[in-house]
Amino acid sequence: MSNVIIEALDIQLSGVSIISQLDLDVRSGEFLVLLGPSGCGKSTLLHSIAGLIDAHGGRIEIGGKDVTWADPKDRGIGMVFQSYALYPTMTVEKNLSFGPRIAGVARAEIARRVERAATMLQLNELLQRKPAQLSGGQRQRVAIGRALVREAAVFLFDEPLSNLDAKLRAELRRELKQLHKQLGATMIYVTHDQVEAMTLASRIAVMRSGQIQQIDTPATVYNRPVNMFVAGFLGAPSMNFVEGRLERVNGDTHFVAPTLHVDVSAYPFVNPPQHNLPTVLGVRPEHIALSPPSAAPAGRATIALVEPMGSNQIVWLDAQGVSLAVEADAQFTPALDRAIAFAIDAAQVSLFERSSQQRL
Amino acid sequence: MSAPPGRPSRITPARVGLYALLVSSAVFFLLPLYVMLATSLKPMEEIRLGQLFALPLHVTIEPWRQAWSTACTGLECRGIQVGFWNSVKIAVPSTVASIFFGALNGYALSFWRVRWAGALFGVLMFGAFVPYQVMMYPLVRALASVDLFGTLTGIVLIHTVFGMPVMTLLFRNYYAGVPSELFKAARIDGGGFWRIFFQLMLPMSLPIIAVAVIMQLTNIWNDFLLGLVFAGRENLPMTVQLNNVINTTTGERLYNVNMAATVLTSLLPLAVYLMSGRWFIRGITAGAVKG
Repeated sequence: MSNVIIEALDIQLSGVSIISQLDLDVRSGEFLVLLGPSGCGKSTLLHSIAGLIDAHGGRIEIGGKDVTWADPKDRGIGMVFQSYALYPTMTVEKNLSFGPRIAGVARAEIARRVERAATMLQLNELLQRKPAQLSGGQRQRVAIGRALVREAAVFLFDEPLSNLDAKLRAELRRELKQLHKQLGATMIYVTHDQVEAMTLASRIAVMRSGQIQQIDTPATVYNRPVNMFVAGFLGAPSMNFVEGRLERVNGDTHFVAPTLHVDVSAYPFVNPPQHNLPTVLGVRPEHIALSPPSAAPAGRATIALVEPMGSNQIVWLDAQGVSLAVEADAQFTPALDRAIAFAIDAAQVSLFERSSQQRL
Repeated sequence: MSAPPGRPSRITPARVGLYALLVSSAVFFLLPLYVMLATSLKPMEEIRLGQLFALPLHVTIEPWRQAWSTACTGLECRGIQVGFWNSVKIAVPSTVASIFFGALNGYALSFWRVRWAGALFGVLMFGAFVPYQVMMYPLVRALASVDLFGTLTGIVLIHTVFGMPVMTLLFRNYYAGVPSELFKAARIDGGGFWRIFFQLMLPMSLPIIAVAVIMQLTNIWNDFLLGLVFAGRENLPMTVQLNNVINTTTGERLYNVNMAATVLTSLLPLAVYLMSGRWFIRGITAGAVKG
């Protein structure tokens, strides 16, 4: 178990700055997920922690040791790649033992470690097979096993599940979480899949253009996103955004848009907002209620489209040109093209300043 | 009667035309080989009759025996077996060395961040397009200055150097198809430059090595000019020896012996192609590496 500290990291690839002045503190035993769209620099960051990309400036510390210029093998890391990266000419056993064999670990010790990893990952039957004779899920297990056998203090995962089909992905995701529980090792995991991020992470770092937008627990990142980018990146369907303005009347604060109206007096503003501030209201699909029994509705809209999901359904509303996704339970029978009233759970909304897109 | 639907009939006019073309071109290209084989099996009396395409009436292997062990090249009369063994001594080390260095270059250029790698590769490729003749005299002088001119080591060195551009290109392109994550994984596992090369990359390169062996072995075996200039009198390769056998004009031209010697000289490249056709195709198509 080791912590990872990154200070003022600069990375340039062929003259283009990918990451600049990045600070990151990964706690010991934590499962940190780096989440972001492709090209946001998350993989680059991971590779620089691994020592596969040289830093241009700043420093990287793993387990209290400055490893900014250390060789990958001396950093106490194990890494799992998206393409598995198994050595095609070696058997599973040789794949697993390659690292320790190079490091000159005693034979009995190697056998013990391989045995342990194989048992944990259910690879015992496959030890004498070549990678080409394995399925995708088995290959990725071997790749994870290779990191295990290194007895690494920090595990790095570079989109390890992206090449698998949906069912296997969910299965291996659960196994990874189990593995983290079992080992308690520090894990840094890169993905663009917000479901993986939500399910696996102790903390999520949402990245965009080489910068960390927000780093916090999955619940906080999901419920209290610091800006519209983070808000829109997490959740499927993503958060609804409605443009309007804040009106202060008799000490109360209301969000007013042409199509809806929400009393946000109880909203925990960082700074008290000005009257008439151009604002974007963000509300998740599960926080909109259709045909509310009591209470004042936030507005009215027509039902444009319905996507049944089995356990629930996504109802798409058209509120005078503004499209709103609503999560409704499976029993609800929507009538298409009919006008319907909807309510918004004011306690769960996020408000963003329109120009800066930052949370208010 | 029309063919049943679904399964097209085998013989169509297009097929007939295709096979006619294939058969006639095969005959055209095989004709010289037939003439050579037929002539080499005839005694001189039959050859004097001038019937080039006739099958031999009295089959004899005497010309083959002569060509191998007693045919004269200038003053010596020990056949072209001398040249055969010289060619083996030249081709085998040259093939091994040029492939080894080509693979090493390709590996270094593909995976390691070599400074000026692009420029280096460009220069190497440029070298591949410069005609031999331009380099001949400077090379002779250079080799002579280090006492390697006219030695076995010298000719092996020359073949290795001349084989490098193409071998480097071949291996670089092959390694370009190997996912870079594989190399990174090996780096994290602690592999250094040589270990990754020998334990990971070379074992993965078998298909392309087979292609390289075929290319280099046949090229070096068929070489005439470099062997003539650099090998020295003691190490003349089989091609040069063959030329000497055929051009030794004392008395009657022994067409049957010449033909036999020629077939013997081309036997190795021929065998390589026939035996390795499968590997050759596999190597060419082995662009993507699964695993």
